Amino acid sequence: MKLNNLKKVLVLGSGALKIGEAGEFDYSGSQALKALREEGIETVLINPNIATVQTSEGVADHIYFLPVEASFVEKVICKERPDGILLSFGGQTALNCGVELYRKGVFEKYGVEVLGTPVQAIIDTEDRELFVDRLSEIDVKTISSEACNNIEQAKDAAQRLGYPVILRAAYALGGLGSGFCDNEQELLQLAEKAFSFSPQVLVEKSLRGWKEIEYEVVRDRYDNCITVCNMENFDPLGIHTGESIVIAPSQTLTNSEYHKLRELAIKIIRHIGIVGECNVQYALDPNSEDYRVIEVNARLSRSSALASKATGYPLAFVAAKLGLGYGLFELTNSITKSTSAFFEPALDYVVCKMPRWDLGKFRGVDHQLGSSMKSVGEVMAIGRTFEEALQKSLRMIGQGMHGFTDNKDIHIDDIEQALKAPTDKRIFIIAKALKTGYSIDKIHQLTKIDLWFLQRLENIYLTDQALSKVDSLNHLSSDLLLQAKRQGFSDFQIARALSMGKKYSMDKAVLLVRARRKQLGIVPFIKQIDTLAAEYPAQTNYLYLTYNAINSDIQPAHDQKTIVVLGSGAYRIGSSVEFDWCGVQALQTIRQNGYHGVMINYNPETVSTDYDMCDRLYFDELTFERVMDIMEAEQPKGVIISTGGQIPNNLAVKLDEQNIPILGTTARSIDNAEDRDKFSAMLDRIGVDQPEWNALTSLDDIHRFVEKVGFPVLVRPSYVLSGAAMNVCSTEAELEHFLRLAAEVSKEHPVVVSKFMVNTKEVEMDAVADKGEIIAYAISEHVEFAGVHSGDATIMFPAQKLYVETVRRIKKISGQIARELNISGPFNIQYLARDNEIKVIECNLRASRSFPFVSKVLKINLIDIATRIMLGLPVQKPHKSLFDFEYVGVKASQFSFNRLQNTDPVLGVDMSSTGEVGCIGADAQSALLKAMLSVGMRVPQKSVLLSAGDPKDKASILEPARLLQKKGFEIYATKGTSAFLSTYKIPNTRVYMNDEEGEPKVLQMLHKKQIDLVVSVPKVVDTENIDNGYKVRRAAVDLNIPLITNSRLASAFINAFCSISVDDLDILSWEELK
Amino acid sequence: MYQQRKMTLRLSNGMCFHGESFGYEDSTAGEVVFNTAMSGYPESLTDPSYAGQMLVLTYPLIGNYGVPAFTIEDNGLATFMESGKIHVKALIASSYSGNYNHWNAVESLSDWLKREHIPAITGVDTRELTKILREQGVMTGKLLLDDDTEEIQDAQYENVNFVEQVSCREVIRYNEGARRKVVLLDCGVKHNIIRNLIQRDIEVVRVPWDYDFNSLQFDGLFLSNGPGDPNTCMKAVNNIRTFLAQQKIRPLMGICMGNQLLAKAAGADVYKLKYGHRSHNQPVRMEGTNRCFITSQNHGYAVNPDSLPADWKPYFTNMNDNSNEGIRHISRPWFSAQFHPEAASGPTDTEFLFDDFVSLL
Repeated sequence: MKLNNLKKVLVLGSGALKIGEAGEFDYSGSQALKALREEGIETVLINPNIATVQTSEGVADHIYFLPVEASFVEKVICKERPDGILLSFGGQTALNCGVELYRKGVFEKYGVEVLGTPVQAIIDTEDRELFVDRLSEIDVKTISSEACNNIEQAKDAAQRLGYPVILRAAYALGGLGSGFCDNEQELLQLAEKAFSFSPQVLVEKSLRGWKEIEYEVVRDRYDNCITVCNMENFDPLGIHTGESIVIAPSQTLTNSEYHKLRELAIKIIRHIGIVGECNVQYALDPNSEDYRVIEVNARLSRSSALASKATGYPLAFVAAKLGLGYGLFELTNSITKSTSAFFEPALDYVVCKMPRWDLGKFRGVDHQLGSSMKSVGEVMAIGRTFEEALQKSLRMIGQGMHGFTDNKDIHIDDIEQALKAPTDKRIFIIAKALKTGYSIDKIHQLTKIDLWFLQRLENIYLTDQALSKVDSLNHLSSDLLLQAKRQGFSDFQIARALSMGKKYSMDKAVLLVRARRKQLGIVPFIKQIDTLAAEYPAQTNYLYLTYNAINSDIQPAHDQKTIVVLGSGAYRIGSSVEFDWCGVQALQTIRQNGYHGVMINYNPETVSTDYDMCDRLYFDELTFERVMDIMEAEQPKGVIISTGGQIPNNLAVKLDEQNIPILGTTARSIDNAEDRDKFSAMLDRIGVDQPEWNALTSLDDIHRFVEKVGFPVLVRPSYVLSGAAMNVCSTEAELEHFLRLAAEVSKEHPVVVSKFMVNTKEVEMDAVADKGEIIAYAISEHVEFAGVHSGDATIMFPAQKLYVETVRRIKKISGQIARELNISGPFNIQYLARDNEIKVIECNLRASRSFPFVSKVLKINLIDIATRIMLGLPVQKPHKSLFDFEYVGVKASQFSFNRLQNTDPVLGVDMSSTGEVGCIGADAQSALLKAMLSVGMRVPQKSVLLSAGDPKDKASILEPARLLQKKGFEIYATKGTSAFLSTYKIPNTRVYMNDEEGEPKVLQMLHKKQIDLVVSVPKVVDTENIDNGYKVRRAAVDLNIPLITNSRLASAFINAFCSISVDDLDILSWEELK
Repeated sequence: MYQQRKMTLRLSNGMCFHGESFGYEDSTAGEVVFNTAMSGYPESLTDPSYAGQMLVLTYPLIGNYGVPAFTIEDNGLATFMESGKIHVKALIASSYSGNYNHWNAVESLSDWLKREHIPAITGVDTRELTKILREQGVMTGKLLLDDDTEEIQDAQYENVNFVEQVSCREVIRYNEGARRKVVLLDCGVKHNIIRNLIQRDIEVVRVPWDYDFNSLQFDGLFLSNGPGDPNTCMKAVNNIRTFLAQQKIRPLMGICMGNQLLAKAAGADVYKLKYGHRSHNQPVRMEGTNRCFITSQNHGYAVNPDSLPADWKPYFTNMNDNSNEGIRHISRPWFSAQFHPEAASGPTDTEFLFDDFVSLL
């Protein structure tokens, strides 16, 4: 039974999304909060990630947008006085913070009970040495590993164990600072980095080639245990599980292996004393039943979110209930609503998780996959064959691939080497190898991927070969077509395999395949995920589509009461949790107004794919083909495509052509805004200014244009998100190079070249309109000048430093555009502003990344208003003026450069941040300081390094440098900057690069941690990364020293911490801000 | 995809499911039952409790890890299987893997089925089929080769004594001379029950289902699992009744059919479930405690706990449908489980029941 002394409970979130810690913790935290609320417990949440669902109204009672960091958490505890705290729902960030608070005695001091797994159990699993000892107490085998406290010890340990070895940093999330070392030189390199993240580094014998298997285990305080799911990595040990294709349930394990590992998992969870959920990762010998336990995570994890979605078992929700004292037998299965939560799901389908990488966005990054995580998101596909699930997942990752086959050819110089050393392209390299004539045995030898998986891939390849032998659609047999569909081939793949592109446009060919297919009665069926493989009826509609079926589980009522919301797909750079928030808000408004809300999305890390959030959840593709399948089954009253980011937005025209009722702004208007040619022509027509531009039709035209406007210019194709293939060019050679890249991205739309404006402010307008009239809006301002992608920029809302005239003009122009495009729903316009000169740079007729941020700071839910408008419900203009605010919101970006080896951590027109936070403060400085601390910045203790390339940047750090000096900081500076500062009589110590004569050497100082903050600003247009600035920036990132690369942001940050002390920052909850 | 002769499963309610053959090419008939386990097909196929039944696997991918060698140990027990042969009448799957890979496999599932003359069909929407069995109850069906027009007889499952068909014909002894001697009433015993007893230093005297074991010298009685309707096994029930009535009280443990036979001997009723329990994920709770276990199950009949006489109590209860999962005597060392503590295949949570039994000897 529930512990009855609990009235108020604090939950720690995970902060900004970063590589290794992403949206899954919004899902697990939201579930925990739901479980607490259901018990009537007052909830307090600390999470600076303002775009999350968990930090929304109605989810937690008191929300603090503050860093998840011991000192802040202690202040909140002191203020709120909770009875209990949940540490395991906010990833490694919350867990580490919890351990620190425990060690400091904070819980004891304030009488806060740690609910669920005891802190000692967490410590036992996190400290490698303790962990190995604890498991050997019960004769469970771990990977023989030695904990080392310095590089010398690491070297000796590796020598004893014998190379290859793997190095892991203790207490680090997502394998940060981990890697394989084949020799001593590699070890020394990696060890230095690892020690910068953690005081302890583990050296282990490598088991490369073993199978990697995971179990999700649950235990209640009565010692009842279940394993909810097991999962098998497609990639053998050696590739981080976050980087691996993962299959659930395991496919290649016999009953004996499956249950041996299950039994061990239960033995471990009992011995360690987890109450709630944990996962156990194993290495399993592919040639015997020998095993090793790799690690145990005593908290909810990315894997547990995946397991929840894969099985329908709400792990986080149940874990929270167990933390409150319930037994598993007291809870019911939330899918059947009749059977017990003490059970183990039986799947009658297979799921495939595919990581999403964005390595192409980073210059110089290492593409090789290894024991450290680099992927930024993931998708989960459900099918009734492995082939079906895998091919779905390859389309879902949204990198232009159509499945395992029929993709554009990739160029590989050395296939054998590429198979041996896997990169983010691994699966397509296997496709290429099969096509080139490699046998699966050979591929197995090189990759160590289990032959069973390779056999399945070969099946797909053989079907594709059979298809390509068919000369026309009419000659394609029903059997072969069905076989292809059952293996997950899309209509596009079939059309391409049949070479139909020679005769028709691909859009047309796809429709022909679809028509033929339906004529032959080959259609997908809707199946439910029910946790019990049809043994008991399901009460929820958690659905997927498959061709391996003869009947659907459900028949949606065609009662004109259904609204479908298209989700946002895989988290990627430029599209993540903020669109999940938008989708969830839209669903809420839909359901509150008496409609059935239907969601289509396939991202296991989201709240929108929680089957409780909607009436029917289709966990399936957002491709035209699949969305049409669902439309035909649902026949909805309308579809909302404007809350899911760019993926649904791109479907607008195609869906409209099929007469799908799109709610809100018309597809035609969307096209007019997305197509830069049409959009610019429209701006000209209505007399709105824009940077000079030209559409590329020939190189000659471009050169003439550039001659006229002068370098630098911005090159970008239509339909881009987060700046893919968008680049600033400052020379002829660069221009030609990037134009070639842009042309590869989109053939159907022209490439636009525009004048790039320097030293200009960027302003954002987030708004909602009804039939062309703006109903609500928010104007915010970037701290950085234009040139930093809006997704990377630090944003202030309300705008603090804009002229009243500028604001007035922006409102006026936005109104004109809204009218012209007859907008009904959410939209976002980006402006450039210099003096009072305003230019429009971009307009999206959909919700933007900043909607949750401005909605929460405004305390007006823009998505709710937009959804009401799209549903045709009456709305009122909110009466709130920008001048009513007594506080300021600052959105800051989280970067994950530390995981992206070798890449230059500078910002540009291409987006590179993986997440963001939004903090609110009494003034701009305190909000900024909170936000910067939330993304991992630290206020320096005593020394700051300044290095600015451009004269303008040098000038802009002059005042901050004076402040630093006044506050008694030691200033170090590189050659040019040092001379500059000295000219202005600011005392500083010149530092030297390794190729310069003189001491001290800056890199050495960084290694010795003699510098607390690095400000290193490259020239605005700096395409070469071989310079010394790169070395300094990279060293700062690798050594975990705070780094700022933008002079405006550096200046704002320095100003902030010099004017307010961290201790004086207000600790106010969201509802206290009026 | 696996290309083979076309086959059709025709249920007794007239519904048809089409697919392709991947086993022995012949038509057959039997009771159609579903199992929701996600692994363990070699163990399930050789489980004698499936005699007379065509097994539907709800997990769609079958055959992935092939089949281990059908070797027999010196003591007469199969190394990896649960009896000496395949007992299901036919196997019904959604997606047979075709090729396989595992270090311990020596042949494909298809080759094994062919070798043992067991028909099998793949390409069936086993979820849809399962829903029909769930809604309408288990029923008989025929698995027919589409190009074979010869009609076959309907299957008879009700009132057939399948135990007689799968029980040993004569007394077999294992681990002779061990510390304690247990008579194992073989109603179709799974080898892992015998393995579990041997591992605990027990001499096992395996006797045919209708054998009058009361004449033997032994320390405890073990009632095995087995196929079909316990009401067809009255001879065994009577022998158990005699055992219970003896003055010398000796420990008894039963599993599955053994639970039902013990209940009948005690005077309780057994009824047929609508679609049975066949899976690896059945939750049971030990009566009067907060202890819960995930169990492996395979049964179509259940004990009516309300019909138990006063000196017997339910031991375990199913947490999904509240059906009986075991009984025990209030004062004597007699108990039984409806589930399979020996697992194989399935979870091993309740193996401790063997320890409990052995400690009573």
